[in-house]
Amino acid sequence: MEFYYGLAQIVGVHTLLGLSAYIVLLTGQVTMAQAAFFGIGAYIAGMLTVLAGWPLVPALGVGSLVGAATACAVGFPALRVKGLMLVVATLAFGEGVRLFFFNFDYQIAKGDIKVGPLGGEGFRQIRYFQENGWSTAEVMVFIWVFVVLVMALLWWLDRSRYGAVLRAVGEDELAAQSVGVNLTAVKVSAMTIGGAIAGLGGGIYAHYTTHIEHTNFNVLVATFAIAYPIVGGLSNVFGTLAAVVFVQVFLIEGLRDLGDWRNLLFGALIVLAMNLRPYGLFGKRHA
Amino acid sequence: MLELRQAARHFGGVRAVDGLDLQVARGQIFGLIGPNGSGKSTAVNIVTGLFPLTSGDIVYDGQSLGALPTHRRLQLGIARTFQNIRLFGQLTVWQNLWVAQNSPEDTGRRGFFSRWLGGQRGVRGEIAELLEFSGLAARQDEMAANLSFGEQRRLELARALATRPKLLLLDEPAAGMNHEEIGQLRSRILQLRERGITILLVEHVMELVMGVTDRIAVLNFGQKIAEGTPAEVRNDPAVKKAYLGGA
Repeated sequence: MEFYYGLAQIVGVHTLLGLSAYIVLLTGQVTMAQAAFFGIGAYIAGMLTVLAGWPLVPALGVGSLVGAATACAVGFPALRVKGLMLVVATLAFGEGVRLFFFNFDYQIAKGDIKVGPLGGEGFRQIRYFQENGWSTAEVMVFIWVFVVLVMALLWWLDRSRYGAVLRAVGEDELAAQSVGVNLTAVKVSAMTIGGAIAGLGGGIYAHYTTHIEHTNFNVLVATFAIAYPIVGGLSNVFGTLAAVVFVQVFLIEGLRDLGDWRNLLFGALIVLAMNLRPYGLFGKRHA
Repeated sequence: MLELRQAARHFGGVRAVDGLDLQVARGQIFGLIGPNGSGKSTAVNIVTGLFPLTSGDIVYDGQSLGALPTHRRLQLGIARTFQNIRLFGQLTVWQNLWVAQNSPEDTGRRGFFSRWLGGQRGVRGEIAELLEFSGLAARQDEMAANLSFGEQRRLELARALATRPKLLLLDEPAAGMNHEEIGQLRSRILQLRERGITILLVEHVMELVMGVTDRIAVLNFGQKIAEGTPAEVRNDPAVKKAYLGGA
């Protein structure tokens, strides 16, 4: 049973990661910076519980806020460029953040041992759940409360006028501008909401794995972040969840017995899925 | 209401609009005609701010538009339709109009949260009225991409009206329409004037231009070659030469 709880934790955190890219993708922007916001949330929340002794929920909140603030600050210059240029710009930012964590030392003594981020060795002993005696099942429920809240929030946003404006910008920026939409405000706000979700996901991730390091926030993770909503389709938030389950449960865990063949099949199945469902697993074809 | 003063827009060596003077009075239906490539669409784009001016000035309601971005000009009441239809195809007809509610009346009347995060309830009446006007009421939940060509043209117009324009720029609204549809469009344009909307009509279809406009300017190679009432323009030798060539 523990195994399945653990798997549900992974699915939950990756769903948050995917949803952070979902809202940005609605505006037609491809961002490779989500892993960076995820990492910022992870380090900030981890440092607050481990070094400052904060309770978990406020620490997650601050991690999420810092993720949002960073995304907002990055959004203003980055969203002046579009398409491939934006991919390169956000990729460069993401790598910059990863390298910062690679070099980031901030340790303090806690009893006999020193705790805190230690450059390339990463940030170990983020043991909030263990110290407070949470069971795997309780951690899983805790994670899924946030996942459900974020999904509900995005579901509601999708149905508001804001959601319609996001999709309008994604379809035709020129037309959106011509009916009075302030493109900068809309794109930067979507990026900021995405940063908040990624920061929250990162904070949760840091606490259930207990050990984070720079490689947890690399280009591969940034790619997964945009791959989930793209594979799942942008019709609604459940597409992203379905894609995470498809990738994490079916492809990564389900095919584990295949050994080295798994990596080969992994790629082939994603290509197959995208060919069979070109508008995403949950995508609708409208036109 | 709208005045172009020696307005120019060059693309490299191409003088798409070159020293154009225009004056559109409030309440007028002003026609802008000219052969293909004469700079009519560029004129629309400089008024809405999609292209910055190379030189000259545009004055609207006594205020120079300078480098004001497009969405700010819309809040002053300048809206447009596109020659090559640009709807939000994956949104419904209803949502296309909803997204366009960005006028100061709309933003002022509703608080930030209800304007952005509110559902569809509060605005049903206004949008229903626009749908009625455009003959799209039965299609309100259809994806815009699934509409027929004529319906898409009507939705373009309705979407521009949802922004509550004072000055409406119509870029070839009759392109591809049949005789009957042109008749309907004509009566809609006249109704809009009765509501107090000033209209700048860029059009090739003479049947429409000659029938509804109060005044017409003729462009050729980015410059104005004639201006006057429809009857005056029709008989102007420079206009005949531009359209028919040589002779």
